Amino acid sequence: MSEEKVLFLQGNEACVLGALRAGMRFFAGYPITPSSEIAEISSIELPKVGGRFIQMEDEIASMAAVIGASMTGVKAMTATSGPGFSLKQENIGFACMAEVPVVVVSIMRMGPSTGLPTSPAQGDLMQARWGTHGDHPAICLIPSSVKEMYEFTIRAFNLSEKYRTPVILMTDEVIAHMREGVKLQENYEIIERKRPAPGAFNYQPFLDIDGDGVPPMAPYGEGYKFHVTGLSHDENGFATNSPEKNEKLLKRLKYKVDKDAEEIATYSEYLMEDAEYVLVALGSVSRTAQNVARQLRANGVKAGLFTPKTLWPFPEAALKRHLSAAKLVIVPELNLGQLVLEVERIVKGSCEVKLIAKASGELFKTDELYNQVAGVIGE
Amino acid sequence: MAERTEFRLSGSGGQGIITAGIVLAEAAILEGKNAIQTQSYGPEARGGASKAEVVISLGEIDYPKATVPNYLLCLTSEAFRLFGADAPEETVVIVDAFVDTEGSSRKVISVPIIQTAQSDFKPIVANVIALGFLVAYSEIVTQEAAETALLRRIPKGTEELNKKALAAGFALAKTAG
Repeated sequence: MSEEKVLFLQGNEACVLGALRAGMRFFAGYPITPSSEIAEISSIELPKVGGRFIQMEDEIASMAAVIGASMTGVKAMTATSGPGFSLKQENIGFACMAEVPVVVVSIMRMGPSTGLPTSPAQGDLMQARWGTHGDHPAICLIPSSVKEMYEFTIRAFNLSEKYRTPVILMTDEVIAHMREGVKLQENYEIIERKRPAPGAFNYQPFLDIDGDGVPPMAPYGEGYKFHVTGLSHDENGFATNSPEKNEKLLKRLKYKVDKDAEEIATYSEYLMEDAEYVLVALGSVSRTAQNVARQLRANGVKAGLFTPKTLWPFPEAALKRHLSAAKLVIVPELNLGQLVLEVERIVKGSCEVKLIAKASGELFKTDELYNQVAGVIGE
Repeated sequence: MAERTEFRLSGSGGQGIITAGIVLAEAAILEGKNAIQTQSYGPEARGGASKAEVVISLGEIDYPKATVPNYLLCLTSEAFRLFGADAPEETVVIVDAFVDTEGSSRKVISVPIIQTAQSDFKPIVANVIALGFLVAYSEIVTQEAAETALLRRIPKGTEELNKKALAAGFALAKTAG
């Protein structure tokens, strides 16, 4: 028997445990495959720690409920899949505009529409960036293991609290439903949102008092009275038509995340030193791609794997740094070409980029992907 | 043990295929090995084809699904038709004795799993008997680890029934040679 404690967890289960570790005390949702276990386990575990679980009438209301809960100072999360993620977009935009920290989990299944409910896909990557309308900051973390489901959920809460903005945790059905052994760290850093200094008079809920783009946030119910709206607003939270104030607000919302983009962006690399053939893959596909990269190396091909762990902001500078020896970048993904668009934008013609698309509702098998990658390299 | 041992367990929804896969993987974890369990199922919670896969390895497991399963279990004729009939040559195919393999020349090991559950226990423990068979036949984990893992995943009050069913699975593996 091993001495170190290894937990055997499902991805969705690890997400809930990570959320609780981060301090989640409210969950509202409308269960949907392949994310349902997140709602189910939250409903069992939250009451045990004095938290609240509400199954709402739909996804729109669920998103509204977590925003409301967070505005009272409670860490709140909801979970869904593509069809529900579409419905949540309007209120995700509200959370961006009103600067409410919430965590939204979306487990990708095959779309569009209700599609293939139990099958993995990666077709919602751009939805996590531009699903809601208007210019807005976006942070989206993409785990590719059960351990990362736990740790990235903690990080999602931390980033949402730090930047006062909704954070998306997104992965595919394979990672969410898979069970594997997890060794957890003893300590995880937990970040709490900035609050106004005690006794602060004339509190302005949207005043960038610290110059980092993130105004302190007072919880409702603790004596501060302020207005919140989805309309463009001034530093007091009241709607305004002022062109100057509108531009200032939108630029600040963008700035507060953009200024730290390279710090927020994370990735992993595998056999990337001197790699001439660079696979870029995320979620479950990165696991097939790792196997393929190893096989290619064994056969004398200088292949490596770059796995974005944040989709938004994309680890742009890191990818560029890793392409010094690259002849060809290959992007396998479970959709008809989304990640490849971002990779092409970054590579900007410095070498060729090839897409390997799959939209059957199944994960790439190792032999299948190996043959396709070898074929692309041989062209 | 081999670097990577793969199991595919198949049957119909409600037979406890996925639970059996979870217990098998957790037993390996208890022994300090790496293990991953995945599953696929139709939108129907009951009755549709159900499949669980378990990969056990001493090393890191990247690709989480079975590629060429070392062992394949088919508890229904439909599962055999879907996964068993054209299983790779190196795969050991284990079918329930009720499974109709007529018309297939695939070599199989036929085991009276459901019959044993029905006559000696309750139909509901067929998955546990199958698990016991797989553990004892493959020797992938110890029988003790399998029992410990099983007891973590069953409802209270069913411990004795499940332990006996698991032991019945171990015994079936002996006679299967």
